[in-house]
Parts: sequence; structure tokens; C-alpha cells
Amino acid sequence: MNKNLKGKVAAIIAVLVVCIYGILGVPSGVSGKALTEALTNRIHLGLDLRGGAHLILKVEVAEAVSAETDDTVAHIQQDLKKANLVFGKIYKPDPAKPQLIRIEGTSPSSSSAVRSALDAKYSNEYDVSGTADAWTLTMKPNIQADLEKKTVQQAIETIRDRVDSLGVSEPVIQEYNLGANQILVELPGISDLDRVKTIIQSTARLEIHPVVGGPFPTEQAALASVGGVLPSDDEMVHGSGALASGSDADSVYVLQRASVVAGSEFRSADPGTDQNTGQRNVRFTLTNEAGEKFYEYTSHNVGSAMAVVMGGRVKEVANIKSAIRDTGEISGSFSEDEVAILSKMLRTGALPASLNEIETRTVGASLGADSIKEGVTAAVVGVLVVMAFMLFYYRGAGINADLALFLNLVILLGFMGYSSATLTLPGIAGVILTIGMGVDSNVLIFERIREEIRAGKAASAAVDQGFAHAWITIVDTHVTTIVSAAILFLFGTGPVKGFATTLVFGLLANLFTAVFVSRVIFDAHLNKMKPGEMVSI
Amino acid sequence: MGAPMQQEGREPVELFRNVNIDWLGKKWYFLAFSLIFSVAGIISMGWHWANTGSPVPLGVDFRGGTEIQVQFTQTPDINAIRQAMDTAGIKDEKIQPFNEPGLNQVLISLPIQKDETALDAGRLQVVNALHAHYNNPFNDNGVKVDVVGPTVGHQLEKQAGMATIYSLLGMLVYLWFRFQLIYGVAAVVACFHDTLITVGFFALTGQEISLTVIAAILTLVGYSMNDTIVVFDRIRENLRLSRRESLPDVVNRSINQTLSRTVLTSGLTFLTVLSLYVFGGQVLRGFSFALVVGILIGTYSSIAVAAPMLVAWQQYRATHGKVAALPSAKRARM
Repeated sequence: MNKNLKGKVAAIIAVLVVCIYGILGVPSGVSGKALTEALTNRIHLGLDLRGGAHLILKVEVAEAVSAETDDTVAHIQQDLKKANLVFGKIYKPDPAKPQLIRIEGTSPSSSSAVRSALDAKYSNEYDVSGTADAWTLTMKPNIQADLEKKTVQQAIETIRDRVDSLGVSEPVIQEYNLGANQILVELPGISDLDRVKTIIQSTARLEIHPVVGGPFPTEQAALASVGGVLPSDDEMVHGSGALASGSDADSVYVLQRASVVAGSEFRSADPGTDQNTGQRNVRFTLTNEAGEKFYEYTSHNVGSAMAVVMGGRVKEVANIKSAIRDTGEISGSFSEDEVAILSKMLRTGALPASLNEIETRTVGASLGADSIKEGVTAAVVGVLVVMAFMLFYYRGAGINADLALFLNLVILLGFMGYSSATLTLPGIAGVILTIGMGVDSNVLIFERIREEIRAGKAASAAVDQGFAHAWITIVDTHVTTIVSAAILFLFGTGPVKGFATTLVFGLLANLFTAVFVSRVIFDAHLNKMKPGEMVSI
Repeated sequence: MGAPMQQEGREPVELFRNVNIDWLGKKWYFLAFSLIFSVAGIISMGWHWANTGSPVPLGVDFRGGTEIQVQFTQTPDINAIRQAMDTAGIKDEKIQPFNEPGLNQVLISLPIQKDETALDAGRLQVVNALHAHYNNPFNDNGVKVDVVGPTVGHQLEKQAGMATIYSLLGMLVYLWFRFQLIYGVAAVVACFHDTLITVGFFALTGQEISLTVIAAILTLVGYSMNDTIVVFDRIRENLRLSRRESLPDVVNRSINQTLSRTVLTSGLTFLTVLSLYVFGGQVLRGFSFALVVGILIGTYSSIAVAAPMLVAWQQYRATHGKVAALPSAKRARM
């Protein structure tokens, strides 16, 4: 009755090895330190174990919508003026509804002219309605939704950039609670939350200044170029990086102090290609008033250079090719990467809308360490108690159960390593619960085997029957708990998700070990037994 | 293989060989026991509701607000801290010692802040007040800080509610699929009973319900369901094998046959969860408490609530002239 025992044992060992690899990767050594390091590389710890800050920020998208409609109001004023159409006032009637624009006081006799003027430019984005002397423009719901989504995405990118500059390892920044315009920010290891919040929620300055001279290798060289004395309306600004000076070395520019456009005057920026030259460039749009300003400046300064300054440093220098109103291009010989970076910088220079903190949770690093210690202690005690009991109560079969339990834990951790799941404190509790629930499968099988033995069956028949009868119940109980855990995963927050994860992995591992592995160990033992001998159970 | 069997070594340890307890006969004792605890729980929840507006103490997850766990260098003096708050003009704060005494920790809670543009103001106020008026150094960032605004509080409530409803629905559907509806209803009644008593214990002991506690409660519902399924599986098997026995006899025999497994499994699971309660630390205390209580009650309810309900329903249907024997449940899928 070999039943392909060797093949099955090989399969089990293969699973064991694969899981150990999943947990440790290839450790650099066998010392305790090297192993711990390998372990923490693969298994991510949640904030409650590592210490750190968890923030949920709400993006006030209404502000972005409001900014957009403000712009439209200004545009409409210009358009109506240009078309010589009289109007009284154009305003937004309801601060709570920033998507509404109202035009009043138009002349009833020119209402069709007004209508066509409005339709021509705005009917793509707005629903135009009204008669005679009053008109209402409502931003189309899908346009508004798009704008809100884009605002959230921009906010996420801005926050990510800022968090990057803080040097936090493995931050999590993502949209939270789809549709609610919320952003989740998790910063492991952060101890000074106030400073972090200031940086994240502040408005970084992004400006474009006219370049007077540069790049110069040192400040003295820069000074020399303006005759030794810096004029009062110029300033010296440092910059570095390929986009600014072609090298990583620090250089100095002399720029005009007054910026041409700055900060929130940029509405958006995207990478693109120059239609004429095929070169890569960055297309940006400015707000309406900024556009006017920019037009004035650029039409008088074709051929000159402008510098993009962010956070007080020159990030990029570009040449003005032609007059630019509110949509323009910055071109240079950019690589794809540089274009993406520049767009991102232009986009993320300022937060598109203000961020409100709606939830904060911080866990100190010492509490995190304590939690790990406590959780692991509880787990070890639990495992030892269960193993000792199984050995005592089921004797030989107890060894079987203990081996299965050990393999169970290894496979569980292997799953976690491979899926990059996060281990949280409730997750450790989930492991402990899996031990208790997992041993249930063994108890079910062993009790049934004992019953069959009492009823007079021979060893291998008893084992057969034991497994056959218990199998259905084992599946039933595992499925119900896995379904329950899956629901917890869907609706739970971070720590609860961690609990659901270890529970599901543990139960899946248990299905494998309690039924397949246990059976193989029994079979191996049965093979070696003499006829008439009984299993130790 | 007809050769005589030989046990290896000594006789196996078996706690429940040949048990023959009349479980259904004791159903009135069980009912009384369950009623006592249920009523105690309900009264406790009612009292709590009258006093604080919610049936059980709610953790910061659901009631919102600010909770700061501060660790001082020297033993904290609660009165001095309260005075410091008063001097700084902070009202409605709750201050209580927290965790083991040697750690010098204090938990300061503030009620929910409706204005979400300045959610963090409460924490800053407390920190400043302590620096200004109470001379006991502490780490500014606190051991643990939770600030939950009304938006998130509502979201979490909704999440907890959805998780509970879907969990129960999922289980009911699964049971309906695997057993006849009556089995499913009996099992769900048992689970409801377990939840009521466990939540009642929280009200009785004044412990808070947070999102992790809800997760624990849903898990113990799953555990109780498992336990009930094991008994029902055996009942179903025995019904198939013996058509002559009365239902109460079959049920009693099934419980006796599975008693060994029931006690062992719950015993072992209980020990692991107890280990968690004792060694697992303060953060998980509520969670492990729910599991400790839940596992005991869950095991009890399979025998004392689900099984008697099954028989009672069957007898009710029989006395009203309908089917005489329990319809045999759907064939088990292999």
C-alpha cells in the first residue's frame, strides 16, 4: 500500500521549502540578526507594530470646482465684451454650489446672440439654460466629477512628492474610500507628526522668473557678470540637475526678483510632443488672469530664457519660443523622463485644494515594539500549550498533529511573505486563533479514528474512515470562517484587514496540513506497522 | 484484516468514553441559565443607554473624539492633571489611569470635534496645557493618539454595520444551502444568543467596543456556527442511519458522540485565546475579552440552544399535524 507515499512526502517538503523561501528570501547568514533582517524584509509590519502615523485627509474638491468656475466667469466677461453684448453681472449665486454661474442683466433683444456666444464656447462643459435677460450655466456632472477626481489625484501626487522629500521609508499614500475624495497617508516611523503635517499641508511656492544671466559655477562668477553689484530687482538663485544646468553640480543664476507667474496660477501641466519639431515638451495651462500677464511678458520677450523656480531653487531653464497666453509649452531637449518630472513639478507645485484632516492615529515606536513582544509571547505560549496537550492526549498521533501545526505556521507565514501582506497586531491574534481552530480539524479526525477503533476496525480502515467522515465537517467549518473573514477584509480598516488575512491564510494552510499532510504521516506510519498492530492514538 | 487488536502501551486518555447524558432533558436549566445572562446583559445595556445614549461603551472609532495615551516620567497625579486642564480652559475631558501602574500612563479623552478643519486642535490644547501647568515630563507625541472626526466616525459605523449584516447573511445562505432551513434558523438563533450575551458582558464590565472588537464578535459568531455545524452534521448522519429512533434520542446521542471533540476543541481554542488575553497586551484586551467570552458561550449554545430549538420546532410541527420526522437534510457534497 505505498499509495505513492514518496511522491507525496516530496511534495510536502517542496511546499515547506517554498514557504521558507517566501518567509526569509535568501538570508545573508544564519545568525539571529541576519534571520530577523531577512524576515522583516519579506513580511511587512503594520503601523500598530512598527510605530508611525496614519492620517486621513479630505480634499476640499469644492475649492477646485470653485476656482474653475471663477475662471469661467472671467472668460465669459471677456467673451461678452468682445461680442459687444451687454450684461449686468456675472456671479456665482450659491457658495455651497460652486458649479453654478449666473448671468443677469443681458438685453432681451440680443438673447439669441448671447445664447450662441455661450453655446459656442461653454456648451461642452456647462449646461446652458435661461431666457431673455437671465442665464444659468451649470457645470455638467460628469465634467465636475472628472475635475474632482483629477484634483484628488493631483493632491496625492503633491503629497507623495513632499513625503518623499522627508525621507520616510515605505510611506503609503493612496486614495481612500473611493468616491469620498479622501486620501490615506501612512508614515511608518514618524515621530514628529506636527512637522510632517505642516510640510504636507503647506503650499510650496512654484514660480517662473525671467533669467538675467547664468548658469554660473559660483556666486562670485554670477556677481561678476552683473558688474560686481547685484541690482535691487535681481536675485541670485541656486539650481542643479540636468534640466537646469546640464549637470548635477550646483550652479547659480541671476534672475529677476519679480516672478512672471507663480503658485496657484498654474492650473495643470502635461507631457506632450512639439508638433513641428517632434521634440518632447511640457504643456501647461495657467489661470485666466495669469494668462493675460504671461501673454504680456512673453510677447515682449521671445528668445529670452525663463527659469522655473521651486522651493527657492532653479529647477529648469527654458527658452520662450513665442507669445504664450494661458496655454503654453516649455521645450528644451528633454528626455521622456525629464518631461514627466517637469510636468509633475509644475502640477504638484501647489496643492489644488486644501486638505482637511479627518482622522489621525499615531502609535509610538515603543508601543509598537511592546505589541510585537506581547503578541509573539501570547502566540508562543498558545502554540506550546496546544502542542503539549495534543502529545499527552493523543500520544503518537499527537506528534502527527504537532508536525501539522508547525507546518501550518510555516505555510501561513509563507503566504504572507509571498503576498506582501501586512502583519498587524490583530493579525498576530489571527495566527493564534488559527492555531486553536486548526487543531480542531485534527481533533475531529482523531476522535473519529478512535471511534472506529472502538467499533473494532483495523488500523488502516479506522484511519480511512476517520478521514472520510471528518472531511465534510472540516470543509464546512473552514468555509464558513473563511467567508466571514473575507467580509471582514472587505469592510475592515487596516488592523482588521490584517486579522482577516492571517485567519484566511491560516485556515487555507490548515485545510492542506490537517487533511493531506496528516494523512501522509499516518500512511507512512501504517506502512511500517506489522499486521494486527494498532496506531498510537 | 481480522486479527485481534492490540493497543500500544497504556490505555489512551479518553475523557468522554461512553457518555450518555440526557441533554435535552436539561433544556429548562439551560434556558434559565441563558435567560439570566441575556436579561442581565439587556438590563446593563438599557441602563447604559439611559445614562450615555448608547447601549454599550463605544470606543473612539465610533463615538469620535480625541484619545491620547500619555506616558509620564513619574507617577501621574490625576487631580493635578485635571487642574492643569481646567486652568487651560479645556472642558469635558476624561482622565483615567491606563495600563499597568508601573508604566505611569494616563488616558486623556476629549469629546468629538464637530469642526473638521481643526480636528487636531484638541490634542494640541491638551499637550500645551500639560506643558504649561503640570510638571511631569512626557513625550509630546504620546504613546498612542487617536483623533476621529464625525465623517470617519460615520464611515466606521457603516463599515461595522455592513460587515455584520453581510457576515450573518453569508452564513445563513451557506447553512440553507447545506442543511434544511430549520437547521439554519436554529444555528442563527444560537449565534444571536451568543452575540447578545457577549455584548452584554461588555456593557456589564464597562469595556469599549471598537472596530477590532466587532471583528472579534463576528469571528466568534463564525466559531459558534462551526460548533453548531459539527453537532448538526452528526445529527444528520445519525438520522440517515437510523430511521426508528425518536428525534430527541438521536439528538442526544449525536451530542454525546461529539462531546469529546467539542470539549477538546473549545478547550484548546479557549486556552489559546486565554493566552492572548493574559499575554497579549492592553491594545488587544477588548478583542481578546470578546473571544474568551465568545468561545465559552459559543460552545455552550450549540448544545443548549441550537439543538433544543431544533427538537422543539420539530415537536411543534408534529403536534400541529404536519410532518412526523425531521426531513432529512440535503445530501452532503463530497
